[in-house]
Amino acid sequence: MSGLLVALRKDLLLQWRGKAQIVAIFAFGATALLLFSFAIGPDSLALRQHAAGFLWLGLLLASTLSLAESFEREVEEQALEGLLLLPASARALYYGKALANWAQLALLGAALVPVMVVLYDAGTLRLLSLLGVILLGTAGLSAPGTLYAAMTAQARARQTLLPLLLFPLVVPVLLAAVKATSLLILGDPMGQLAPWATLLAAFDVIHWALGGLFFGRVVED
Amino acid sequence: MARVAHNRTPHALVAAGVALLLAGSYWGLLKAPREIFMGDVQRIMYVHVPTAWNAMLALSFAFVCAVCFLFTNAWKWDNRLEAAMEMGVVLSLLLCTQGAIWAKPTWGVWWDWDPRLTTTAVMVFAFGGILALRAFVDDPVKRAVWSAVACIVAFADVPIVYFSVKWWNSLHQAQSSPQTVSRAFHWPLRINAFGILFLWTGLVALRARVAALRLQSEIHPPVPEQKSAPAGAPVPGGA
Repeated sequence: MSGLLVALRKDLLLQWRGKAQIVAIFAFGATALLLFSFAIGPDSLALRQHAAGFLWLGLLLASTLSLAESFEREVEEQALEGLLLLPASARALYYGKALANWAQLALLGAALVPVMVVLYDAGTLRLLSLLGVILLGTAGLSAPGTLYAAMTAQARARQTLLPLLLFPLVVPVLLAAVKATSLLILGDPMGQLAPWATLLAAFDVIHWALGGLFFGRVVED
Repeated sequence: MARVAHNRTPHALVAAGVALLLAGSYWGLLKAPREIFMGDVQRIMYVHVPTAWNAMLALSFAFVCAVCFLFTNAWKWDNRLEAAMEMGVVLSLLLCTQGAIWAKPTWGVWWDWDPRLTTTAVMVFAFGGILALRAFVDDPVKRAVWSAVACIVAFADVPIVYFSVKWWNSLHQAQSSPQTVSRAFHWPLRINAFGILFLWTGLVALRARVAALRLQSEIHPPVPEQKSAPAGAPVPGGA
């Protein structure tokens, strides 16, 4: 447990010292949200209708940048090998990094919400529920994303490989998070929010467990 | 080279598969009765449904290979994993193509966001991505372990994808099985199912041999004999 906390502290500290990177990724996500509106045209009703989808697509695209970055630092100068020599389990390293990535992605998602509200006139007053959906959704991106980033950071063509592996896998996250966010923005007369949130939670549980199970094999030498 | 088996069973399987497919397709196209509502378009079912069964089977076999590799570290499972994953992706692609050909005259569209169709497309991309990963990793050990892990994770994801798309949207016909189709359609379906099964198992066995040969050429210096290899170290070769 203490190994996990130390690993988490290390990764959060690295992210804090690389603040410029986080700001740049946020700018990328916000630009994506701006560009999506050009695909629909200046139809404010249609934009509001699709706002949740745009938010999550923007977040998904931005997440590949931040996930890839989190492991590129470890591969440079063989930092990962040094970490593995420490008396901390690979599992602790994985969960530390996945939690740090989760925090960063959730922050990014929360920061993109005002952009969505302004551009698409798509707001909600159920802010706590929205925060919950963002937390559940970004957890689903972070767990498999961290596992795959560990592989792709050491492969050739890593910029292409991470999205190629991650995107098909997180289809359920995208579907459920978009649906849940849409229900919050456009109203939820049938009370469908809970089943979608449950689906997200189930995905999270399965992939956080699988990641911890396999990360040791992925980074072993 | 000596350890790569040279028996002819895979060739026999491929030949039997082709013969069965020819027989089943002849039966399905010319002898089976026309379906009342869909007409001749329905005859694509004689390859479509067996392809669906076999695509699932091939990817399930890939999953078994991945689990066996992670437990045993034996290279033969990695060779089989590569072969089975390629076969699963090819069969899934065929499945999507056949489905689109059937859907256009029946539903009026090439594509529909129905759970099984969408899940198959997601599987093509998920397992195709793992094949890309294999292509971009040069170290054989890392390539084997990573693709086995990715295969297990992707396989575990398939049911979640299926249920999430099912909740999201649904239109596809109920699954076809001998219980849901008329007796007149049984035999061509069964013959083609075994035809495709023999064809892909034979091709996977041959492809695994190719993978074993490539592995031998990748590992330097030339592979030591199994007896002199250090205990626990994976020994390349063996399809």
